[in-house]
Amino acid sequence: MTWEIVIGLEVHAQLSTSSKIFCGASTAFGAEPNTQADAVSIALPGVLPVLNKGAVERAIKFGLAVGAHIAPRSVFARKNYFYPDLPKGYQISQFDLPVVGNGQLTIHVPASGKTAAYEKTVRITRAHLEEDAGKSLHEDFHGMTGIDLNRAGTPLLEIVSEPDMRSAAEAVAYAKALHTLVQWIGICDGNMQEGSFRCDANVSVRRPGSPLGTRREVKNLNSFRFLEQAINYEVQWQVNTLESGGAIQQATVLFDPDKGETRMMRTKEEAHDYRYFPDPDLLPLDISEEWKKQVRATLPELPHVKQARYVKEFGLSAYDASILTASREMANFFETVLAAVPGDVKMCANWIMGEVNAQLNRDGLEMTQCPISAQQLGGILQRIADNTISNSGAKEVFRTMWAEGGEADTIIEAKGLKQVSDSGAIEALVDEIIAANADKVAEYRSGKDKLFGFFVGLAMKASQGKANPAQLNEILKQKLAG
Amino acid sequence: MLDSSLQQLGSALRARKISSVELTQLYLDRIAALNPALNAYITNNAEASLAQARAADMLLSEGKAHPLTGIPVAQKDIFCAKGWRTTCGSKMLENFIAPYDAHVIKQFNNAGAVNLGKTNMDEFAMGSSNETSYFGAVKNPWDQKAVPGGSSGGSACAVAARLCAAATGTDTGGSIRQPAALCGVSGLKPTYGVVSRYGMIAFASSLDQAGPMARSAEDLAMMLNVMAGFDERDSTSLQRDKEDYARDLEKPLNGLRIGLPKEFFAGGLSNDVAQAVETAIAEYRKLGATIVEITLPNSRLSVPVYYVLAPAEASSNLSRFDGVRYGYRAPEYSDLTDMYEKSRAQGFGAEVKRRIMIGTYVLSHGYYDAYYLQAQKIRRLIAQDFTEAYKQCDVIMGPTSPSTAFKFGEKGDDPVQMYLSDIYTIAVNLAGLPGMSIPCGFGSDNMPVGLQIIGNYFDEARMLNVAHQYQLATDWHSRAPQGL
Amino acid sequence: MSPTIYLANADVRKVARLARLAMSETEIEAARAQLAGIFELIAEMQAVNTQNIAPMSHAQDVSQRLREDVVTETDQRELFQTIAPQVEAGLYLVPQVIE
Repeated sequence: MTWEIVIGLEVHAQLSTSSKIFCGASTAFGAEPNTQADAVSIALPGVLPVLNKGAVERAIKFGLAVGAHIAPRSVFARKNYFYPDLPKGYQISQFDLPVVGNGQLTIHVPASGKTAAYEKTVRITRAHLEEDAGKSLHEDFHGMTGIDLNRAGTPLLEIVSEPDMRSAAEAVAYAKALHTLVQWIGICDGNMQEGSFRCDANVSVRRPGSPLGTRREVKNLNSFRFLEQAINYEVQWQVNTLESGGAIQQATVLFDPDKGETRMMRTKEEAHDYRYFPDPDLLPLDISEEWKKQVRATLPELPHVKQARYVKEFGLSAYDASILTASREMANFFETVLAAVPGDVKMCANWIMGEVNAQLNRDGLEMTQCPISAQQLGGILQRIADNTISNSGAKEVFRTMWAEGGEADTIIEAKGLKQVSDSGAIEALVDEIIAANADKVAEYRSGKDKLFGFFVGLAMKASQGKANPAQLNEILKQKLAG
Repeated sequence: MLDSSLQQLGSALRARKISSVELTQLYLDRIAALNPALNAYITNNAEASLAQARAADMLLSEGKAHPLTGIPVAQKDIFCAKGWRTTCGSKMLENFIAPYDAHVIKQFNNAGAVNLGKTNMDEFAMGSSNETSYFGAVKNPWDQKAVPGGSSGGSACAVAARLCAAATGTDTGGSIRQPAALCGVSGLKPTYGVVSRYGMIAFASSLDQAGPMARSAEDLAMMLNVMAGFDERDSTSLQRDKEDYARDLEKPLNGLRIGLPKEFFAGGLSNDVAQAVETAIAEYRKLGATIVEITLPNSRLSVPVYYVLAPAEASSNLSRFDGVRYGYRAPEYSDLTDMYEKSRAQGFGAEVKRRIMIGTYVLSHGYYDAYYLQAQKIRRLIAQDFTEAYKQCDVIMGPTSPSTAFKFGEKGDDPVQMYLSDIYTIAVNLAGLPGMSIPCGFGSDNMPVGLQIIGNYFDEARMLNVAHQYQLATDWHSRAPQGL
Repeated sequence: MSPTIYLANADVRKVARLARLAMSETEIEAARAQLAGIFELIAEMQAVNTQNIAPMSHAQDVSQRLREDVVTETDQRELFQTIAPQVEAGLYLVPQVIE
């Protein structure tokens, strides 16, 4: 009998505001410890929180992007617990009335083994605003821990899914789709190394058709790889436990990436009693229809909408469309290149997915770091389209441009890559070849069609590769026909 | 000079009959002489006060004076004042030098007032007798064996004993009004949201409100003009047009409808207080007011509701005192949890710990609905009682405290007895209404009695008018304790 | 609806632990007696019918004012850390945190 895996994800996305959620301290990453910990961040006696409009705007944006309900009134609550990186002794979060509720996200689960790629919709239970904690530095300060509160108070959007995912692959696909989306709509920089996008996974297993099993929450998974490894390990551990007659105890566990294992943090019995209650220092957050409308107007075309349009409008395959909408940068790049050669959709798509992506991979670069701009690439493709250069000439221009920069026309000029499209010159060249190869011409005319390639090769060589191939073919065909 | 009103002091300063330095020194000398016995101040800093006085004298000589420029004001030790030790009456903050100014302090600084010192208070404003201060109790200047009331006992004492021209207080459940009553001074708790809470060390955030304490309603109006106003750093600060709280002082009281809640005159009220309050009401009739009997049926529940809500908020507000970034840290501990537990156990006094325990309990899992949520619902019922009452009257009057100042130790070890001494003041905080106390006579023990005046939301100017007219007709407010 | 007023020492111990207050057994016993008295006072509330009454968290029915997303604060670490119990290299030091 098989086991069904049930996964729900809680994702913490740091919102890309300049200042913190409840005070005017900077959120910039990497500053000297505690230099961005102002009076509110260190919770001096008497200080008070005031909510950052930019954080709320980003939450609304997210809610709209996942088709969720934006609460007309939401409430901030205090989550009480003691921890040195939590200066007030409570975290300001949302509990009963979150700002975003009931959304959904469509994910593409890639093919693997015998399973073909498929689409799935994951329900988003809620998303709420809260503040991040500081950082504990465990390097040795005479056996003590150092506390840096620069991060304390950075706005977070905690996005909670329903337990809709049935494999680590689905969980990863969901996390990736969310990761793309938050960057796409410009609410989070998505930098996982810096902790801007962190996942916790609630994992349980059950017999198909049975009620949900007891879950364990795996904390702090800050890469997609760890997310996958942690879930697979956790599932195996739970299945082994159950199959050997044991029971799962509700618990919070930590993933240890070095060992590839999860280990127990605390059980439910030891769970905190957070004593949530509405924060008396903050009033209810009201979001008007008008404000929602304003935010909606700033929302870019969303990835799934764009993807569908690429298929419908440009005739691209679903696969190509999904690659070209993998990030907003990618889509912008594609659309800018296409603007240079309107109509040549397939050529643009092939160049970006082929040459550009291959080079990026080779150099280990992201789309944002691409040394060739979309305008520059558009310049190359224009010269293909107007027959100035051949495809192989274009590749040479591309390689040069990648390494040394420059514009297409300058490189074509400098390298002498211009095609010969003067029909007189090509005719003269073809005449010469026919005259010099009378025997082969005779063979061709007697039916040995395969020799056509031989003549093309000679002609190309004679033109030093610059003859316009289409034109050359045409003329050659005519002349050989006699 | 010591009995002058703020108006008179301001005139004398502007006329250069006296300098701010001289006036400040006069008070500092008096503090040096009397404070060892009265213990009204926790911290004085002559150097800092005189520096402010010198700066005020400059402004005065340049003719740039605000009405309060150069006037020495005592600040309750709950307000952070940059460079000043700010203890909140607690060992936890015994050595805490505030690195920033509370909004209220900033307002006084901008007005050119002189900070005369930080007044004693119940620890973290939790108490009704000043006995919970880590720095020892304040004595009532009318009888040093009696309590001054709390938590703003130091400010009340300093005003009564002429140890300052006026003072600030804070009021969460009666902490301005009750000590004002017990020390025979005037005190006003404004509508919640009128004075910024920024920099005022929080006790119960949804109830805390700062206000002035002084010797007359007229002085209170001048003080409130400085303290009140919108502050963008406090989310609960209300955006309203700036008003002059003295604008209605001189209005006659003809036609004023005074509501007397029958619940405030029932059992538990001492005869002394009842008599003085009734005499005061009779005086108001003479001034042209009419009396309406009203009912606040849920007000009897205000003590239990308060002792759920205030400790709940306090338990969370006081979590920041963990010995990590400032404040007391236990000298010895075995690990992090031990450090927290010992620092907090040693840094907080018994009453503060008791309230943290109550608050933690009522918020904890399984009790939230029965205690906290239920208390919040009854809070609304209590507020609605007032809304109903104000359909029939303009102001509500009654006693501030059930008795005159009790003796030290009199309430014994039973916290409940102490909590019940705030029975008439608490409902006002729960509703967020403005309330004040003015002297209205003396008990058979020769201790002052306070008359409580409760206004509708934002009715401070009218309340001050009501108080001022009474003070024109009587002289209770100008009596001073003798033999100090 | 009405919670028990009976308070055991174990309850007090649990609350003290949640509130991070070190308490000896004698203190716990004393606290239990006092808290029981206070909860008796509080229990008066339980008889009130509050059906359909919305809880009141704030004195005024006002909504949250929002701050523009602008950095207004400057580095004051040096000033703030002069009042800290223990600092090193700009960090607040605490007994080792073990996760």
